[in-house]
Amino acid sequence: MRSIRLKIFRGTSNSGEFKEYTLEVEEGMVVLDAIHRLQATQSPDLACRWNCKAGKCGSCSAEINGKPRLMCMTRLNDLPVNKTITIAPLQTFPIMKDLATDVSWNYQVNKKITPFTPKSNAEWHWEQKDIDRIQEFRKCIECFLCQDVCHVLRVHQKHSVYAGPRFFVRMAALEMHPIDSADRLPFLKTDAGLGYCNITKCCTQVCPESIAITDNAIIPLKERVVDRFYDPIFILFRKLFKKK
Amino acid sequence: MSNNSLGATARRDLWWLEPAGTFAVLVLFIAYAAWVGLSGTHYEWGPYLSPFYSPLFKPTWWPFSPAILVLIVPLGFRTTCYFYRRVYYRAFFMDPPACAVGEARKHYEGETKLLVFQNFHRFFVYLAVVFLVFFVIDDIHAMMWPINGILPNGQMAPGPKTFGIGLGTIIMVLDLIFLSFYTFGCHFLRHLVGGSLDCFSCSKTKETRHGIWKIISKLNEHHMAWGWISLGWVTFTDLYIRLCSMGIIHDVRIF
Repeated sequence: MRSIRLKIFRGTSNSGEFKEYTLEVEEGMVVLDAIHRLQATQSPDLACRWNCKAGKCGSCSAEINGKPRLMCMTRLNDLPVNKTITIAPLQTFPIMKDLATDVSWNYQVNKKITPFTPKSNAEWHWEQKDIDRIQEFRKCIECFLCQDVCHVLRVHQKHSVYAGPRFFVRMAALEMHPIDSADRLPFLKTDAGLGYCNITKCCTQVCPESIAITDNAIIPLKERVVDRFYDPIFILFRKLFKKK
Repeated sequence: MSNNSLGATARRDLWWLEPAGTFAVLVLFIAYAAWVGLSGTHYEWGPYLSPFYSPLFKPTWWPFSPAILVLIVPLGFRTTCYFYRRVYYRAFFMDPPACAVGEARKHYEGETKLLVFQNFHRFFVYLAVVFLVFFVIDDIHAMMWPINGILPNGQMAPGPKTFGIGLGTIIMVLDLIFLSFYTFGCHFLRHLVGGSLDCFSCSKTKETRHGIWKIISKLNEHHMAWGWISLGWVTFTDLYIRLCSMGIIHDVRIF
């Protein structure tokens, strides 16, 4: 048993402040364990969202010492426990209460994306090599840490014109699917605001599933958009050979 | 709760170290490259040619350093490269300086307006691949030594040539290798050879492209490392040839 100091945001988007707590913890505990112990022993009204406690549901996202992370996957041992640990809600989304944020904007964005649209004559058979790329994207647990850390949303608040890394990953999975027939490139260029991404790779750095979001999803999509809308050689080639 | 002013963050680590270090390294490189590129001297010694001056074009109507005619290609290639974009957006424009750290600029358009030219990276990639061919030729020249030796002014003595390897040859070959790994690990080439396909198994050609795509993907995983290594080594190669040319150091002939 040892004692740690926690500084946790308490309040809503309208008003709130960081409150300090001192807590007894044990070897092997993660940040979410500390939050649960705090709820049980000192602050039963402390709000936080969680579910699986195994890094698979993506519910317990927060900012621990300023870094977007899953509380259930952050061991207290890995933090400088001789100093106060700061736990804040995701900055990009409105705070409902304490550590729980309203991430419903993401679901609104998701609805705008053309879903999987198989070709009418598609043969539902493909090889592993065709879907290796997509399987990486399917690991996404929708924790929205990438959305939180992306400065286009976090700092510049471009929610109305930018979909964010999570949905670039989803659209990459759909665009690269061997039997999908929908065309999402115009949407990516305009409504989804792919051009706002300036490759900071912060989304990749915080992804708890280690998805290479920038290299494998965003940049390949950017290149597809360039093929379609910017590259005069590709545009001419398509016109000459009537390829869409 | 949020404070997005420049440098505002709750991070406790040394987040400023990476942008500050990158800034320092890039400023040093830019200063060195500008000095080398504008000087127009000491870029050759014996069979060696500085990569800053390759391919060597010296038209009579051009009064300035010949490097100015060719440096636009590596400069354009690196400045539009996805890896370097990330680096200088962070280090120079602080957009953002680091993840989850506040930034200076409040008006942000990303790569949608002024920076839309970044989408033409691919044209610099084509030219960069052509430049690699020139570097291969330079390396072959760096293995052809005059039988009558090198003159005191660093020029090759007239007469027949024979095969030989000097320390500078090895440095130049390594430069070519590092530049090739960096160039062929490019995101655009990865897209061009196979990334644009949705189905890799649909034809023999596509299967071949998938094979090449996998190789480029492997290189691409270390694109950042090759970007830094090649940048450092190209500087070192020029410095070695420059110091040989200035007579400050002497090349070692291995055989």
